[in-house]
Order: sequence, then structure tokens, then C-alpha cells
Amino acid sequence: MEEKITQVKLKNGMKVLLKEAHTAPIISSWLWYRVGSRDEPTGKTGISHWTEHMLFKGTKKFPAKILDKAISRDGGRWNAATSRDATHYYETMPADKFDLALRLEADRMKNSAFDAKDVASERTVIISEREGSENEPLFQLTEAVQQTAFRVHPYHHEVIGDKADLLAITRDDLYEHYRRYYVPNNAVLSVAGDFKTRAMLARIRELFEPIPKGPNPPRLTRPEPEQKGEMRFTVEGSGETVFIQAAYRCPNAVHPDFFPLQIFDSILGGTSGLSIKTSRLYRALVDKNYAIEVSGWAEPTIDPYLYRITLIKHPKRAVEEVIAAMDAEIKKLQDLPPPEDELKRAVKQARAVFVYGSENITSQAFWMGYAEMFASCKWYLTYLDNLAKVTPQDVQRVARQYFQPSSRVIGVYQPKGSEA
Amino acid sequence: MAKRQRGHSLPGPEDIFRTALSNGIVLLARANFNSLSVSVSGYLPAGSIFESDDKLGLADFVSSCLMRGTRTRSFDSIYNELESVGASLGFDSNVHNVNFGGRSLVEDFPLLLTLLSEALRTPTFPKKEMETLRAHMLTSLLLREQNTSDMAALAFDRILFEGHPYSRPTDGYIQTVRSITREDMFEFHSRHFGPKGMVVAVVGAVEPQKAAEMLEKALGGWQVPGQAPPPAMPNPKPIRTTVRRHHSMPDKFQSDLVMGTLGPSRKDPEYFAASLGNSILGQFGMMGRIGDAVREKSGLAYYASSSLNSGAGPGSWEVSAGVNPANLDKAIELIQKELRRFVKNGVTAEELAENQANYVGRLPLSLESNGGVAGALLNIERFDLGLDYYQRYEEIVRKVTRADILETARKYIEPERLVVSTAGP
Repeated sequence: MEEKITQVKLKNGMKVLLKEAHTAPIISSWLWYRVGSRDEPTGKTGISHWTEHMLFKGTKKFPAKILDKAISRDGGRWNAATSRDATHYYETMPADKFDLALRLEADRMKNSAFDAKDVASERTVIISEREGSENEPLFQLTEAVQQTAFRVHPYHHEVIGDKADLLAITRDDLYEHYRRYYVPNNAVLSVAGDFKTRAMLARIRELFEPIPKGPNPPRLTRPEPEQKGEMRFTVEGSGETVFIQAAYRCPNAVHPDFFPLQIFDSILGGTSGLSIKTSRLYRALVDKNYAIEVSGWAEPTIDPYLYRITLIKHPKRAVEEVIAAMDAEIKKLQDLPPPEDELKRAVKQARAVFVYGSENITSQAFWMGYAEMFASCKWYLTYLDNLAKVTPQDVQRVARQYFQPSSRVIGVYQPKGSEA
Repeated sequence: MAKRQRGHSLPGPEDIFRTALSNGIVLLARANFNSLSVSVSGYLPAGSIFESDDKLGLADFVSSCLMRGTRTRSFDSIYNELESVGASLGFDSNVHNVNFGGRSLVEDFPLLLTLLSEALRTPTFPKKEMETLRAHMLTSLLLREQNTSDMAALAFDRILFEGHPYSRPTDGYIQTVRSITREDMFEFHSRHFGPKGMVVAVVGAVEPQKAAEMLEKALGGWQVPGQAPPPAMPNPKPIRTTVRRHHSMPDKFQSDLVMGTLGPSRKDPEYFAASLGNSILGQFGMMGRIGDAVREKSGLAYYASSSLNSGAGPGSWEVSAGVNPANLDKAIELIQKELRRFVKNGVTAEELAENQANYVGRLPLSLESNGGVAGALLNIERFDLGLDYYQRYEEIVRKVTRADILETARKYIEPERLVVSTAGP
């Protein structure tokens, strides 16, 4: 792929990735910290996401209201999110107003106030966020699948955290978490858009280099032991609709099998970002009225994670029938390598999704930094080439290796009072 | 590459190409050679406004069935062609229109137009596909019944727009969707689908003139002599007193609320005053004054904001929030207090200035992708904004005064006469 990306490490260890794109008068910057819900011990679940909320509460230089207005006044878009492996903050701004984004991020990397009053009001906001999610059957099921699949590894809890911890975490817990992880040597800044690299880099140095380096924060790693046999369970709740989620254990993003698994996903569940009506699961399950909807989903992660198939059961079928139909489709890929055509198609689809992404400066900045969180920027640059190298035999092999019932978790959301 | 498109100019008469095909379909096109893709989107007047009460959901059903089989292609072969090349095309509907949108790599654009034309002109509504879709729609309706924000919004529209087509849900009800027959589908299609009132926007790596030739070839020959004009819309009844309704959902953990009143249509002269006023009230930054009062200061909600929904007909001006059931009354009071302040004192000069700056500054962001520009071109046509609209936009925004906003707020919002709809435990 023709991508000119400048990569620089600042003196304090912060990594900077820059990509000029002069298609619109816009600049998008993403500041990534290597901290996420996987770094939270029991008792502190949800602390990374809460910390992210607190960074919107202001600093001495940019008090909350001013901070918010300053970005919005210039027509910028900004937000943040916390995932399992990382936390990011982004601003997309008109190019001539962009400096504010850098000043703001450099400032709140070290000067966020964490005022006790703000901590208190944000506690109820976050509990309310959790309660809103709990209204959704699919959230309840997904959370239960995750905590069943991971007993030891900290991927076991949802990013939002458990309510018990959201009630107990203190201001000092939050501030300590912030001080430990929000250091330049734990951060990556990715910027794309309408700028000149040399000037941009000089400005970034000027603003970020004075921030002192901290101790390298440790990452919490407790490898999940091997699963010994299939696990199944039921979540009961309101409604009349049955959801089924099957989760298979998959390797992390830098494992050589990751790319064969991406092709496997494309063939079985469809390419993410496109319609999936000719994927094998759609044809076998939705077209044949086993399911109302089906989707497959893999996520690039630092540690081995899950490939999930989520189904809405057709009212006329039994849960077991639906699972059997899904298994039959997976078995076809285990028995026979897919035809070359299907692989070519998966690669063309991925190429198209990349081209669409290149229309958008925000997404270009996103991908550079995101890939750094679980692999490296090179992972993103070589993504299409690596997909193209996958052979039908690779796909068959990963289908056999990772898609065995003995290492999966199946959760069923069962409305109360209805029959399976 | 950078040099050629470096202009960074907003779309305007010099680069928006507008023409009508031989059958009257309007095309707006703009070239963008920065990426090798093309977006196409558009609409035609065949929305739920044409449905009878006992067949609610029919327009929705028809539009989602268009790609499920045509005279020349099966459902499977349509999607096989599209997905094989990473292209997409989809239809949906709202009260007034059936909308469509798709994109592809430029080499596959002819395929996209062929499929668009077939889906619009010769759908066959295969029985099996209809039943698959019906099961899907019925499940969505069951899920809607379990969704607190959907249920609050449904009741809000029903009360606010009583006696008006906007009071009806475009996805219908379980019994109406069950009653729709294949004959209903064919009849709806043959009466309401046609070139009259149809608008298409094409944006991407194709010269506009060339896009026009291709579209003429695909759709220029479409003639539907008896295409029915949209029915006249009644005026909604004014709200005489505050109406409060609660939909009980005992198994839920959080309540959703929607409260508000009628708003201007997109073509009303006070639209921009209402829009900027709404931005100050419940959009700007972390959701304006309402977000500040309900979320930031009181910690009562994860989300709280206001929205102005202005389209072809009367609009709604509404505030929504998700709150803990114990805090519902408190949140409603806080919102009412903000509305009273809004109609009493209006907005400050500083608030107006920063919101005007926000509107002007964010324009290029919304026009970044081909899809974004296509949407902007369709807006121009739908609301007669003029090809120079985006170039005049800053001037239009800056012209709005504090007095305009105050007058508009008072015209529409009466804090003691609101529809308040809640759903939850």
C-alpha cells in the first residue's frame, strides 16, 4: 500500500505517527494510552473508563466548560473511548484551528484536576451508562459470555466495570490510575490531515517533550488456562426474543494465524463494513429460517481473545436446531478448503473497505494509532498484503484448530417464561 | 494528487452539476478524484404517508424487499454481484420517501446503477423472501417493545402528532405487518414508484457528465404514467396542556424520557434561528445547557440532549434523556426549568457567537466523504436551498440574532404545555 507515514519517538518516549492528507482542510489527531480494562484488578473494574470520563472535567488552564466550548466553537469533533487494551482521545478540527487540540491533549496528559465533586457526579453518570446497557438483552448476554470465557485473564469484565466497583472506587484510586498510566512513554499520538510534517512535528515536540517521562507502567497479564470442554449457560430476562452467542478462542493480532482467521471470518460471517448477505452463515441460517440475524465478529487484541457468532433465533426453531445448523457450516470449512474464488473475493472486499476509509481523514488517523495498541503501524500497512497471502489450506487449518466445540462458550438469552 | 483537489472549496454552482434525465429524474453530481470510489444516493416520494392505517409498515416492507429479487436476478445473485466487489446498495423508507444509498469502487459503478435500476423498476417480491423479511420485521417490533427509548419515542409521536401521519410508526405494528400481502406490495410499488419526484446524487471518481449519461442509460427510460402525487398533509393540533404518559416496563434498569413540542419545518424562515437555539439548548459541546444541567451538574443521566427534527412537514422540538427511575421526576423538572429559562431570557451573545462559529467550522467535516457530499446535494434539492447554499451558509448562520432565537423559542416552546413521554420500570 502506498502510505507515507512518518514515525518518530520523542525524547520522553512518546511515539508520534504523522500522515499528510490534503484532501480536505481538516486534521484529525488521536492520542492513545496503553491502558484499558485488561489492566484493572478485581475491585477496580471500570477504573480506566471512569478515568477517561474525568479527563473531560478540565485542568487549570482549560477548565471543563472552556475545554468543551473551545473545541466546539471551532467546529471540531472530539471524543474518547476505552477498550480492553487501550484508551484514546481524539479531535478532528478545521486545519487552521488544530493547534488547540494539541495544546489541550498535552495539558490534560498531566494536569487533569480530578476534583472530588466531579468524581461524585461522574459516578452516577457512569452507573447510569451501565444501567442503560443493562436494559439491552444483548449486553447482558455478551457480558455473561465474556465472564464465562475468562476466569483468570482480566478480559473477563466489561469495560464499563462492575457496579460494586463503580460504587466503591475513590477519587484517589482514579487519580493514582491516571498518574501511573498517563505518561508520555505510555502514549502514542497519531495525526493525519492537511499539514506539513516538519512543522507539525516541531509543534508536537514543543508541546509534548517538556512532559517528563514516568516509570513504564506494567501491564496486567494473567494468562487464561486452557478450556477443558464446552461451556454453556442461559441468561434469563424480559422480552420474547432469543439470542444465542457462541465464542471461540482465537489468537492475538500478531499471531500468524490472525490473517487466515480474518479470511475465515469473511467467508463464514461476512466482511466487516459491508453487507453480509452472501456469507456462508447468512445463507445457511437466515435464508433457511434458522435465524433472524447473524453476525461474526473478531477483534484484534494483545492477548488471545474471542471470535463471536451472535444470532437472533428464528421463533419457529429450537435453540439446538440453530446451533446444529451453525455447526454444520463451520464443519464444511473444516472438511474442505474454500475455493480460491472465495478467498479472492474476501481480499477484494477488504481492499474496497480500505479505499472507502481513505476518503475520511479521521479514519486514517485512527487506524495508524489503533494498530499500535495491539501490534504496530506496520500491521495496518501490510494488512492487505498479508490477507492476500492466505491459502485455502490455511483457512481449513484454522477452522479445524480454533473452531472445536470443546473450546467454546455458548450463551443463550432466554426470555422468562418461554420455552427453548 | 494533492494539487489537483487542493481547492478545498465548498460545493457550489461551479462544481455541482445539476441536470434532469429525459423522464424528469433530477441528478446532482460532483467529482472527487481523491479516492477511487463512487457514492450514489437518492430518494423518491413513496414513503409511509401513502399507507392506510391497517397496513402500516407497507412502505418499509416494500423498500426492504426491493433487493430480494428482480425480473432478471435472484436475491442471491444480486448480493453475490455486489458483495463480490465490495460494493453496497440499500433502501429504506421514512414518512415521505424511499431512500437509497450505495457505493463501490469506480470500476464497479456501472454494476451499481444496473442494480439500482432493476431494484426500483422490476422487483418481484418473491414469496419466500417476503416471509424471511417479515420474520425479521416482526422480531424488530418485538425488540422495539423491549426498548425503553423506542417506547418513549413512539408514545411521544403518537400524542404530539395526533391525527397527523407523523403520529404513525413507519415500521408499523405487529398486526399490521402480519396483514400485508404480496398483492399489497405489488400494488404499492406500481402506484407509488416512478421517476416523478425522484432525485439522485452521484459523488466520486466519475466526471459528472459521464455520470449523467450512465444514469440516463440506467433509468432514463422509466415511465410510470399513473404515479400518484403525495396526499395533502393536515396541520397538527396545538398542545393545549401538558400531557404526561408513562409506559411501564418493570424488568428494565433505566428509564428513558422524551419531552417536547412541535417545531418548524425545514423550509420555515425561522428554521435557522430554531436550529441555533436548539444547539445552545441541548447540543453544543457536551449537549448544551440541558446536558450541563442534567448530566454534568447533577450526574442524573448518561445522556441528555435536545433535538430539532425539521423536514418537509411540521417538525418536533424534543428533549431526551436516559435516567435512573428514581430520578425521573427530578430530571423532568430540571429540563422544564431550562426550557423556562430559554423562553424567558433567550440566549447570550457569547452563546450565539460560539454556536455560529461551531456551525461554520464543522461544515467541512460533514463534507469530508463522498457520502457526506451526496447527502448535502440531496438536501439542496429537497429543500430548494440553491446550488450556492453551502457557500452562502456562513452568511445565513451569522445573520441569526439573539432576538430571532428568542422570538422563535417563544413561538414554539411553551414550558407548561409539553408532551412528556417516559418508559421504564
